[in-house]
Amino acid sequence: MTDSFMRFDKVTKDYGSVRVVEDLDLTIARGEFVSLLGPSGSGKTTLLMMLAGFESVTAGAITLDGQRLNDVPTYKRDMGVVFQNYALFPHMTIARNVAFPLEMRGTPKSEIATRVKRALDMVQLGHLSDRMPGQLSGGQQQRVALARSLVFEPRVVLMDEPLGALDKQLREQMQLDIRELHHRLGLTIIFVTHDQDEALTMSDRIAVFNKGQIQQCASPRQVYDHPANRFVAEFIGETNLLAGKVSGVDGGRVALTLPDGSVLQADGAPGFSVGDDALLSLRPERIDLHGPADALTGLNTLRGDVADTIYQGDHLRIVIVTAAGRIIARVPRKAAEWPNGSQVVLSFRPTDGWVIAP
Amino acid sequence: MSRAPQLKALVLIAPLLVFLGVFFVWPLVTVISQAISDPAISRVLPRTASAISGWNGQGLPGAEVQAALRADMAANTDEMAMGDVIRRLNASKSGFRSLMGKTVTALKESPDKPLAEIDKRWGDTAYWLAIRENASPYTDAYLLESVDLERGSDGSIQAKPAGSSANGAIILRTLWTGALVTLCCLLIGLPYAMVTASVTGWKRALLLGAVLLPLWTSLLVRTAAWMILLQENGLINQALMGLGLTNAPLALIYNRFGVVLAMTHVLLPFMVLPIYSVLLTVPGNLMGAAASLGAHPVRAFLRVLLPLSLRGVISGMLLVFMSAIGYYITPALIGGATDQMISSVIAFYATGSANWSMAAALGLILLVLTLVLYALYNRLSREPGQMG
Ligand SMILES: Nc1ncnc2c1ncn2[C@@H]1O[C@H](COP(=O)(O)OP(=O)(O)OP(=O)(O)O)[C@@H](O)[C@H]1O
Ligand SMILES: [Mg+2]
Repeated sequence: MTDSFMRFDKVTKDYGSVRVVEDLDLTIARGEFVSLLGPSGSGKTTLLMMLAGFESVTAGAITLDGQRLNDVPTYKRDMGVVFQNYALFPHMTIARNVAFPLEMRGTPKSEIATRVKRALDMVQLGHLSDRMPGQLSGGQQQRVALARSLVFEPRVVLMDEPLGALDKQLREQMQLDIRELHHRLGLTIIFVTHDQDEALTMSDRIAVFNKGQIQQCASPRQVYDHPANRFVAEFIGETNLLAGKVSGVDGGRVALTLPDGSVLQADGAPGFSVGDDALLSLRPERIDLHGPADALTGLNTLRGDVADTIYQGDHLRIVIVTAAGRIIARVPRKAAEWPNGSQVVLSFRPTDGWVIAP
Repeated sequence: MSRAPQLKALVLIAPLLVFLGVFFVWPLVTVISQAISDPAISRVLPRTASAISGWNGQGLPGAEVQAALRADMAANTDEMAMGDVIRRLNASKSGFRSLMGKTVTALKESPDKPLAEIDKRWGDTAYWLAIRENASPYTDAYLLESVDLERGSDGSIQAKPAGSSANGAIILRTLWTGALVTLCCLLIGLPYAMVTASVTGWKRALLLGAVLLPLWTSLLVRTAAWMILLQENGLINQALMGLGLTNAPLALIYNRFGVVLAMTHVLLPFMVLPIYSVLLTVPGNLMGAAASLGAHPVRAFLRVLLPLSLRGVISGMLLVFMSAIGYYITPALIGGATDQMISSVIAFYATGSANWSMAAALGLILLVLTLVLYALYNRLSREPGQMG
């Protein structure tokens, strides 16, 4: 039961002749925090709107707790929605805003008062309950919207880029607050974001979207270290992609021969066989740099020339030209520096690379 | 330092100020003064009027007042104006007609004869009091009459005898017609504005155009169009009879129904546009938010959309009501005798009986009503968000 608390089965959404979400499958467990991450226009909001009932489902089925949701009207779905623009009712006080979902459910007056107070205290806004939304800052309105979507203890909370409008510090504070609430209340949260750091910090799982399809849905660590395909590898974080041919497969270890003949060993997705074209994804921060004379054993190595060094405060980005192409390495400030034009050797452990299909 | 720019700004708006002065302030002042001025006695008996204002009303006025009256009466050459004065004085104190007639004749023969010798009634304080009462160039009689009041012989305000004046009834009828029109506009305009605000693209343009088009058509044309439609053998009656729904033509015109119908049509834009513009400022996803919080669409409407559009509703209602109570052409052309509104009465006094003072007084009543409503409108439109 926990495995399929919420299910999307071959869900498709068309706007006229445009297919915005295509044959999407996804299962979400109770109490899970899932982020939807993807480029603009990839269908994240559309998926959320279908889930909340604001948009119809063209084909496929959404089920929640065993109940088919497709034809259930929004007001019966029992989901808390936090909108990007907060959508607070401007003619009601903060307290009345938060009381609204309880009043709609016929909760007794005395109970409403205590629950509203508890919800507002939870977001540390108890002292502002008599203000109108227009009299609050963006971050405070955001927290009111959060309190309002949680006060009726919905089965699921949907958040569409709820932190998009906040400045960096407030956003980080709110990220921690939401995560804390998620743990404390055991909420199931679906969280749309543009910001991959936000997704990496907050989520149990990240669903990476592109063109209306989920490219990969896995833990942050998995998505970052073992991207399912080229799109995910390039979309999440920064990576170097080296093209080559598979020259050997040993369990999860793949040997890749580069065009210049050098062979690199790295972990890879299962399913490769010798002779396949493949890409090696190598994160810049996993690369170590050495002088040409250093003795290296048990490591993959590549030779190259330093083309440029970019100072970035806490680290350096070093652009190196190798026979396999341009590679960017990210090294800590305390590591040695090389002048432009000097010869260097790049090295990485086989477990730090990841081979994917091209 | 800021004098120069200020002066420049003043010069720039001077034409506007002059325009306002000539076409707005001056007519207004004229109307007000017309409504409250009563020059009859102060013009015909100027010396008496100024002399008697110094009299305290105790005992008989001094010789200088009597001399002034004698001089005024001797100097008067306008018989009609004097007749007017006599009528006015007689209305305040009966007996004045014969007294003045006698005095005028007597003074023609012997200009120096003391008044008390001409008639002993000049020894009665009451007659002098009546002159003093009417000597002022200002009066509230017209204003009182326009709301069916008058001053009794003792100077107190009292209702006019029933049946002697219909102004009060017509003012009430005007307000009632205005209220009916406002209600009809609200019932049609509110849903219309909501639909208009909720659709987009060509549908919105079409709905807005349908409301705006009548605004660009002359009022007279629109009213005439209604006359054609509503006539006894007009389009509507012909259609109804052709369909066999009625045997005889319905009375659609020259009654209250026709007036309210035509005025509702004419004033509808003033209801729709304020509500529409307020609804445009309501974020589109508030209704969605309400639904996601568990509100049935009807409750979401009542709790969210309706309160938020209230400001527009109130503006629209006041605009429609204020315009409606000043309507003249439409009731005049489409209404029957018992549907005439205050403007028709003003027109009657102004052009029919040349009683400018009554016309001005009624106009002033209408102006005050409108100003009170406008003040209300201003108050309500300045306090947004306090109505939920
Ligand atoms: N009502 C609509 N009618 C037609 N097309 C729409 C409609 N709403 C969205 N789309 C299209 O559907 C696609 C997906 O939109 P969606 O809002 O889901 O993207 P998103 O992933 O949320 O993007 P963003 O990160 O920019 O918010 C876009 O190409 C968009 O143009
Ligand atoms: Mg979106």
